[in-house]
Formats: sequence, C-alpha cells, structure tokens
Amino acid sequence: MKPSPLAQHSTDEAAQPRMVRLIDAERARLTFSLDGAPATAREGDTILTAVLTARRYLAESAGGEGTRAGFCLMGACQECWVAVDGTRARACSALVTAGMSVATGGHFTVG
Amino acid sequence: MADPAIAIVGAGPAGIRAAEALSRHGLSAILVDEAPKGGGQIYRQPPDSFQGPASSRYGFEARKASALHLTIKRLATAIDYRPSTLAWNVCDGRLDTLCAGRGESVVFDILVIATGAMDRMLPLPGWTLPGVYALGGAQIALKYQGCAIGQNTVFLGTGPLLYLVAYQYAKAGAKIEAVLDVNPAHAKRRALFALASSPRTLAKGIYYRASLGTHGIAVEEGVTPMGIAGTDEVREVHYRRGSVDKSVRCDAVGLGFGLKSETQLADLVGCRFRFDGESRQWLPERNSDGESTVSGVYLAGDGAGIGGADAAELWGERVGLSIAARCGRRHDASRIAKIDRRLARLARFRAGLERAFPLPLLGSTLPDDTILCRCESIRVGQVKDAIRAFDVVEMNRMKAISRVGMGRCQGRMCGHAAAELLAAETRQDLAAVGRLRGQPPIKPLPMPWPGTP
Amino acid sequence: MTGHAVTERLRVDVAIVGGGIAGCSAALHLRRRGLSVCLMEKGALGSQASGVNFGGVRQQGRHFAELPLARRSREVWGRLPELIGTDCEFIPSGHLKLARNEEDLAALERYAADAAEFGLELEMMGRKRVHDEHRWLGENVIGGSLAADDGHANPRLLTPAFGRAARAVGADLREFTPVVETERDGARFRVRCATGLEVSATSLVNTAGAWGGEIAAAFDEPVPIETIAPNMLVTEPLPSFITRAVGVCGGDVYLRQVARGNVVFGGGDGWADSSLERSRPSSETSARAIERALGLVPALQSALVIRSWSGIEGGMPDDIPVIGFSSTTPNLIHAFGFSGHGFQLGPVIGIIIDELVGTGASTSPLGAFDIGRFHGAADLRHVSAANPEQEGAKR
Repeated sequence: MKPSPLAQHSTDEAAQPRMVRLIDAERARLTFSLDGAPATAREGDTILTAVLTARRYLAESAGGEGTRAGFCLMGACQECWVAVDGTRARACSALVTAGMSVATGGHFTVG
Repeated sequence: MADPAIAIVGAGPAGIRAAEALSRHGLSAILVDEAPKGGGQIYRQPPDSFQGPASSRYGFEARKASALHLTIKRLATAIDYRPSTLAWNVCDGRLDTLCAGRGESVVFDILVIATGAMDRMLPLPGWTLPGVYALGGAQIALKYQGCAIGQNTVFLGTGPLLYLVAYQYAKAGAKIEAVLDVNPAHAKRRALFALASSPRTLAKGIYYRASLGTHGIAVEEGVTPMGIAGTDEVREVHYRRGSVDKSVRCDAVGLGFGLKSETQLADLVGCRFRFDGESRQWLPERNSDGESTVSGVYLAGDGAGIGGADAAELWGERVGLSIAARCGRRHDASRIAKIDRRLARLARFRAGLERAFPLPLLGSTLPDDTILCRCESIRVGQVKDAIRAFDVVEMNRMKAISRVGMGRCQGRMCGHAAAELLAAETRQDLAAVGRLRGQPPIKPLPMPWPGTP
Repeated sequence: MTGHAVTERLRVDVAIVGGGIAGCSAALHLRRRGLSVCLMEKGALGSQASGVNFGGVRQQGRHFAELPLARRSREVWGRLPELIGTDCEFIPSGHLKLARNEEDLAALERYAADAAEFGLELEMMGRKRVHDEHRWLGENVIGGSLAADDGHANPRLLTPAFGRAARAVGADLREFTPVVETERDGARFRVRCATGLEVSATSLVNTAGAWGGEIAAAFDEPVPIETIAPNMLVTEPLPSFITRAVGVCGGDVYLRQVARGNVVFGGGDGWADSSLERSRPSSETSARAIERALGLVPALQSALVIRSWSGIEGGMPDDIPVIGFSSTTPNLIHAFGFSGHGFQLGPVIGIIIDELVGTGASTSPLGAFDIGRFHGAADLRHVSAANPEQEGAKR
C-alpha cells in the first residue's frame, strides 16, 4: 500500500527546504506553530515561504491526488488557503508573525 | 457643482499614474489595492525587513520602480489610499471591499479598473506536482521573498518573461537546469521588425538571452513539452525537440506562457467584451480615452489587455487626463497626443511579442488523464465525456455540467485551456464558445460576509 | 406581424414555449406518446429558474394543493436513471425543516398533522433529538420536522438531462430560439421565432416560466406574475457533514451539502429584470443569508464562499403555479409561475402536460392551479387561507 503523501514527504529530503533563500536571507528569525509543531521563519516571510522553508509541501491536495506547494504566489490560484489563529488566510499573501498558529489541513472541524 | 466621486481599483503602474494625474488636476480618488504596498506585481515592494537595493530586485527597471514607489508614497498622504483592501464586487455605482475582515462599500461616480494581469497558463501532465510554479510566481518568489522556487529549476513555456526570470535567477545565484521555449527561434526573427519599435526593450531581451549563454544555461527553442514527472514532487521535465525525446532532472519548474488580463470587475460592472484574436482572450472594450462601454468606467493597464508596465503607466495617466477633462479641468491636448503616440508605438512592440511568442495551440492534444481543473482535480477525459454527453457547445454550460470553473480559482487557471478544449471538441472557433460569466465574489471570501449593516 | 422573415416552417402536433424543466420533461413524455414536438427556448435549456434554484427536492412545506403533485413527482425522482439516464445527483437525504422558536415549532406540528392526510409522513423532533441526530446544528435550533423521503439534487443537470432524453426520442428542441409571437391560426397555433423559425401546431404548451404571463396575455388571459430573483451562494468543498437538506420556518435560509462537499445555501432576494434578462445577487441579502446560515451551522464559520448567483423565476401572488388548460383558447396548456419551488415538481409537470394534451385530463388534481383564479370572482385570500403555513411554502 502506498504511503500517504505526507508520510513520504516527512522522510524524504526533510532537510532540504523547497524555497531556497538567495537574497536578504539573514533577516531576524521568529518561531511560529505549523500544524501544531514549532517551526522557524524569518521576519518578512509570507506564511507560504515560512512553510516551504520548513518542509517541501504546503498541504494535501483538495482533489486527493497528493500534496500541493502553492502555485501562482500572487493570490490568483487560491491553492494556498490555510487557517491562521482560527481564521482563513492565503499563505502567499499573508506575512508570518511570531507566535502565529498555522494549520494547513484538517482545520475544518464540525465541533 | 461638486467633483464626482472617483474610485480606482489597483495600485500598480496604471492605478498609481491615474491617481497621480487626477491629483495633479485637483481631483481626489479612493485608491483600493489588494496588496499592502503599491507597485502591482511587476514592481512589487517586498516586506519591510528586506534591505536589498532596488537594482537587486528590479534590475534595469529599478529607476522606474523607485519612481513609482515614491509617487504612491507621496500620494498616500494626499488621497484616500486603501492598501490591503480587496474589491470583490461592483454594482450599482458601488464597490464592495474587504480589509482585515471588515467590509465597506465604496460609492463612486467614476471608476478606474486597473486590476493588472496574471500568468497565462496551460496545463501539462504533472503540472500539479509540488515544485511547479507559475513563471510570474517564480519571479515573485525572488523579487518579493528573495527565494528561488527550488534547488534546480527548469523554466518552461514561452514569452519574454521566460528569459527575464531565468536571467534574474541566474544573477541571484540560483541553479537553472534549462530554459525551454515552446516557440522556435524563427518566430522571434520574424518579429524583429516589430520588436525594433522599442529598441531599448528589445536590447534588454537580447541581453537577458545572451546572459543565459554566458552562465552556461542551456536554452532550447521550439520544444514540445510532454509532461512533468515525479512521484510526489517534481523530478523531471520531459519534452521533445524535433524527433528527439529528451528529459532534464529538476526539483522545480517555472511554467508560463505570457500574461492574461484580470477582467472580473470589468465583467461585473457590465463592460462589453470582445474577443482579441492576437492574445486569444476576451477583453473589455475601451475607446481611445480609456473609457469602457459603461459610462464613467475606465480601464487602464494590463487589466484591459497586456501592454507591459510602460504602457500601463501611460494608460493610467491617459485615463486620469480623460477623467480630468470630463470633470471640466483644462484639457491637456499636447500631453494626450504624446501619450497616444507612445502607446501606439508600444502597441506595435506588443504585437511583435505576440508574433515572437505566440500562445501554443493546445486544442484537444492533452492526454485524457491530465488534470485540467487544478482546484478540483478534474481531468481532461472527464471534461470531454461531459461535453459529449450533453452536447455542450458553450463555456458556461460546460462549467455547469463538468464543474470546470467552479473551483476556488473561479476559472483563472483553467479557463483558457478549457475554452480551447471545448472549441476543439466541438470544431468551433475559440471565440464561438463564449466566456465564463463573472460572479461575485471575484476571489473567495471567508465567512462571515463583510459589510453587514 | 413581427417583421421577422420566415426561413423555416415546421408543422407539429405540439409546440412548447420555454425550455426549463417543465418544458423539457413535457417534450420527453409527449414525444414518447408518439406526438411530434417542437420546443423553443430563448437561451440554453434550463438556464433560468430551473438551473439557478437551490436544488431542493422537497415535498415538505408545500401548499397542500401541491402535495399530491409533489408525491407523484417524488416517485419519478426515484427512477430518473431509468427515465433519462442519470440521477442528476439526487440524494434522498431527507429534508429537515427547523424551528428557531416555539411559534415555529407549533407551526411545524400543525403542518405535520395536516400533511399526514395527504400521505406525507413527517417526523417531529424536539430539541434534544434534533441536536443528537444532527450534531452540526446551532444552538438557536429548538426542534424540527423531518421528511425522510425528501432530499436534493443538482439543478444544473436536471433540465439538460431531460432535454437530451427528449432529443434522443426525436423531439425537436431549439435553443437560442426566442419566441416573438404566438397566435391562433384557425384551429391551430402559429409560433414565430426571432431566428426565422415558424411552427404550426395543434397544441401549444406555455412553459415559459417568468415570461409565461406574456403568452397568457397574448391569449387574453393576463395574470399578475412577478419576477423573483433567488440569492444563492456556495462554499468551497468541505468534508462531508451536513446530512440533510435544511430549511427553516419562514424560509429565510436554506442549505445543502453536495457530494463534492460544497455547501449551497441561500435565502432572500437578489435582483432580476426579466425584460433585460439580467440578474445578480445582492451583497446585503448575501450577508444576511450568511449570518443565518452560520446560526444554523456554526461550523461554516471557517469556510470560504466562492461564488454567488441569482436568476429569473416567475412568481404568482398566491405562491402556487398556473397549471392547466387555458380559460380562453382550446388546446392551449399553461404550466408556469412556480414561484421559486418548481424544481421538485418539474418531472411530474411534464407527465401532467402529456396527460392533458393526450387525454384531455390529468389524474392529478389541478383545480387550485387554474388560470381562471386570477379573473372575475377569483378570491386569492380564499386560496391562501387553505394553507396557513404560507411562508413555509417557499422552502
């Protein structure tokens, strides 16, 4: 049975972020919460950059055929919606802040 | 008599120059922009913590970018400038906007729509794999976040942006595996005369191209992309050149085929559209004053047809001058004539670009299991089945039956390919299948709905 | 005379004006009876009321006069795959009509008692049970009435599917063919279209929806039809959790979750102009519908709304349609003005029209829908009083 896409990503090249910092890489660090676990980012990162420098994907695809990692980076494709401190935000448009709680999937609860 | 209420949507080059021209004539506007800072996409300003100089971000256009940024900074104190504000609907002389969860109506007598453009996209087998980004997105990653989209990137598609972004990546130290242009070299040669109408821009393009060679980056033209391969993420790009099947290993792909206007607000406000054969897109009509078929609604910049950043600045100013004249201000005929001449020259250049980098004809050539609708993973074969099962001949009916266009992106990513597929399957011209009707909100809105009295 | 040159002449048994669900299902059944049929639709099949409505397949809450028709239609819904080759995403989820106060609850109980006489089985639920069985309901819900046999379907599919089935058996369905004139021609009818088509028919069927009044007027029986603009919204796909089609007493909000996960909801009026053939949703109405939807289903708080729409529906002042023979002209049959709740009835309306054309009478009771009620001594208040839960008839 094929392992879930998330499991695959967590063991595969976990040290290699997807986004590669090239310019202005040395900005102040901050920590935030990514799907319940602590993660580090830099001041000025969008949530998408913050996630994709911590791991290689953003979330499971809504269509169920793997994971997605953002696409247009300009708020057009609508593929990067996440939950931030209980509200919804586009990861490519919103900046990450210290202590922010980001949930990339399974955030919809019926309660 | 009081001046009319003026609203501008979009603070890119067009919106900023429109606001500036109006301000010069003592007319104030409400300038609404989705981004936190002005500049649009092409001159997007990075978040505060970024220190690098403008040249590192905008290259040869640094001076233009800085000038625009200075202008909006100056204007921000003089006009009602509303950044981080999404205009998600327009009707009855009113914009519905949302800012930080709060909704507000902006009433207007005159509206300038300067909503810019996005990447023009065509699907490819494997294009939904993590690691594939729109070409413009790849540029934004670098410009706005100082990042490359991967360790080993392939740029694939066509258009001047293909070479510019590759050049920018190379200059920033990113590793580029290949630049693959679906258009052949002879298309560019044939367009040289038209492209020479903007000699400086042409020279820059040639420089970017030559630069890639200097960096030892493989550039191939006239390729046929076959697909992007990988199990859980991008691993390889497969393509064909002539009769040879080739592949290149990579972990990221910047994919793009030029630009496409964002026309949702123009549609909602009731502008008449016409099919533009050159760009193969439906565009809102406008006259030489930049006014649409709806009285008082003006269109400026790439949002009304791709013209590039310089044309956007000119159209913005042109529209500002038209509105000023409409409001009884002194009519600056010579400035208007100068702008019109420059716009005509830029239009010739733009026509050259379309000739050099035509959008490839997709038709019905994609394999049936290619994902057409990214939002809901609807495949080409499923769409064909729906078209056949219900004798679909028109875009909105195709959306209703196949669900293509019903996802979160509201047809932005798949719209063109869907139209081409429908046209090919039903043996109609692209124009004959029509266009998707706009519906508010123009982008998804979190609940609760903004702006309840 | 309309000035349109005639470029094509057809001679058929039945001409149908209006390609919504009523017209398309009539075309299917009339053709299967062996009659020659030409249907003329000014746009695309099912693009108006039949395509823009909420999608409720509901007997509960209807005016009692409609209940026999709705029960008969429900039977057809159950065999759609046999009839037209697709189930149109019909889900017999049950329809849960909710009470948010004691008055509402009492109204539901009264309706349930009366509806039983029409053979409609409704299950009353108090606060505890409705919440136990539907954990996603908000606190403001104090009870409900469940019609287990009701459900919902995809309005975008139903009419095109009937149209396809009708064409497959030889009915001639013309889209983008606006009718510009309908008139008597001796013992026959003559229908002229903007495309140059002219149809001569023995019988004329008026299923022209919001424009049905124009045809009625052409035959000297004008009716007080009004334009209704629904106001609909839909969310992104969400994990499946809303197990019923949901409505409320008063009809100010209704919602359903489709198989793909999107939640379709609405309530209140959009804006439409039937002469301009334009419609659009209203931001104010949408905001209120969202507020009410969140009250019913708080979990929707974190969902994105991705689309809203309106459309053009025809409404009668007593909230029930016009169905039956013309009061002025032999062989003219009306079936329009379904007042925002014609979707579930659509499949049976075609059967009824076929009965009227083919045999001169229907096995379904149509007295309450007679066009004559709008003329002379017709007392609308009398008709309305028969169903105290008039508001509830909307959803």
